[in-house]
Amino acid sequence: MKNPNPMTLLLLGLLLWAGQALSEPLTFTITQGVEGALPIAVVPFGWSGGGERPPYGVASIIGADLARSGRFKVLDEADMLSRPHTATDVDVLDWKALGMENLVVGEIRPHGQGGYMIRFQLMDVLRGEQLTGYSVPTTARDLRATAHRIADIIYQTLTGERGAFDTRIAYITSVRDAQGKDSVSLQVADADGYNAQTIVSSADPLMSPAWSPDGRRLAYVSFERGRPAIYVQEVLTGRREKVSAYEGINGAPAWSPDGRSLALTLSKDGNPDIYVLELAGRRLRPLTRHYAIDTEPAWSPDGRSIVFTSDRGGGPQIYQVPAAGGEARRLTFEGSYNSRATFSPDGRSLALVTRVGKDYRIGLLDLQDRVLGVLTDGSLDESPSFAPNGSMIIYATKTDGQGELAAVSVDGRVHQRLGQRVGDVREPDWSPFTEQD
Amino acid sequence: MKKTLVMSVLLMAVALLVSGCGGKATKDDVGAPVVEGTGAEYGESGGAQTAGAREGGAWSGSQLDDPNSPLSTRTLYFDFDQSVVRSEYRDIVLAHAEYLAANPDVSVTLEGHTDEQGSREYNIALGERRARAVEDMMTAHGAPAFQISTISYGEERPAVLGSDEGAWSRNRRVEIVY
Repeated sequence: MKNPNPMTLLLLGLLLWAGQALSEPLTFTITQGVEGALPIAVVPFGWSGGGERPPYGVASIIGADLARSGRFKVLDEADMLSRPHTATDVDVLDWKALGMENLVVGEIRPHGQGGYMIRFQLMDVLRGEQLTGYSVPTTARDLRATAHRIADIIYQTLTGERGAFDTRIAYITSVRDAQGKDSVSLQVADADGYNAQTIVSSADPLMSPAWSPDGRRLAYVSFERGRPAIYVQEVLTGRREKVSAYEGINGAPAWSPDGRSLALTLSKDGNPDIYVLELAGRRLRPLTRHYAIDTEPAWSPDGRSIVFTSDRGGGPQIYQVPAAGGEARRLTFEGSYNSRATFSPDGRSLALVTRVGKDYRIGLLDLQDRVLGVLTDGSLDESPSFAPNGSMIIYATKTDGQGELAAVSVDGRVHQRLGQRVGDVREPDWSPFTEQD
Repeated sequence: MKKTLVMSVLLMAVALLVSGCGGKATKDDVGAPVVEGTGAEYGESGGAQTAGAREGGAWSGSQLDDPNSPLSTRTLYFDFDQSVVRSEYRDIVLAHAEYLAANPDVSVTLEGHTDEQGSREYNIALGERRARAVEDMMTAHGAPAFQISTISYGEERPAVLGSDEGAWSRNRRVEIVY
């Protein structure tokens, strides 16, 4: 959160030069909310300058973030009885009358060259006191990100958990034209669906995007050379390296928590097995060796073990193996089809794809008591990915034959959908926490 | 009758020549990437042979273009989550194996595909297993392995869009691409 320095401008220039096009935003709709959500009002922030107003309504971005979490019930602006901008102007009776427990007020003024200073205060209405408040400098370009960070501060103050609003999602989009030709792209957007940018596009399949633990790089599979290969690309600069292009499958890249290795699927030795590729030395180590299909590896947050999908027992099920190598043991026993597992950030559960009757849904397996709960109710749900604070799972679903993204809270109570107008959207991967400047 | 036959043979020849020029006809049709050197050779020789057709109705073009040959079947369908080549395709796979053995300069790519059910990387693995099942059957019947390559697209390149068994059954397939 600083003023643009020459480096930032240079990087922005590189971004534009790399041909990163802004795409249609995904729009979140909450399809099922929670009872008992915390009532909160976010009053539109005041503007105390002449000249040009900020291009976005900061308060509405904050309010939308909080509502999206399912933890808050955000008061409609039209229902507000007064619109104070500072804590001293707040008449708590106005907010008590509306049943509000918390209130956010703020003010924006010009700051530096084309920049802004946002001052906000979070108030406890019942006690009539301020819980937190900051003055934050920002720019027009960073305004949305700053609003997300303010939402993170409010979320953390009121829930005790770290907010994940100032994060990003990567996903694949695909459009098929009248001649049957596909245009596939790998896009990156803010967690609320805005600022979507294409970072790779191809006429051939792109698959399995995976954020590096530092949030600066994406590993993915591209068929652009006619055969699948795994690339690692710096998100900011677009610079990339081909890290795996063996004969056969090069798939399912998964970062080790230390960011030094990728677990991946190769079939160079006859059938799909899991390997670990150390990126710096390009050293490749086989992890599984079985005549069945072994694929879709995912690391535990402590880096000690890897879960993967294998059909060695007949149908696809989830297995776990020590990351250093060793015997695999089966983790899922319920149902005929369990695949594509991913660890929750606390390492206590796995989100996965599970077949229920004829439907494929997102399941949550508690690793302690081994209970498998089903979180979604679609028929073709897949590719679950946890928010870095573990509160939500984003996944891909199909509605009327079209792929789109959806999210569900880990308790299964809050459901939301991210609509996009054209084509298929799939394979979401939620970024780690953004490093603060 | 004679006229239409000559006409259709000529049209076929033109079509093959055009595809020969592009050198990538079959592959472009399915939007697949091109493995250099596979499609091109065949397209050209096929075109030249077809141009030599005589009247009388006997097929004298490339065997691959004879609509009555088992070689004209280039797509084999599979059951759900299965990679076993169905018995109905046995003669077709054997015909391709014989053709490859008899034509050492011809190469073929077996493209494995799945329907959209289940997870994507698992489907890549399943598509590969289907392609390899066809490859194994071909090599077991005399087709030299060096003439065959396999690739899996999993569910990434459906032949038919749609989320019902009708579409899925047509997407679970191996395409034989010369």
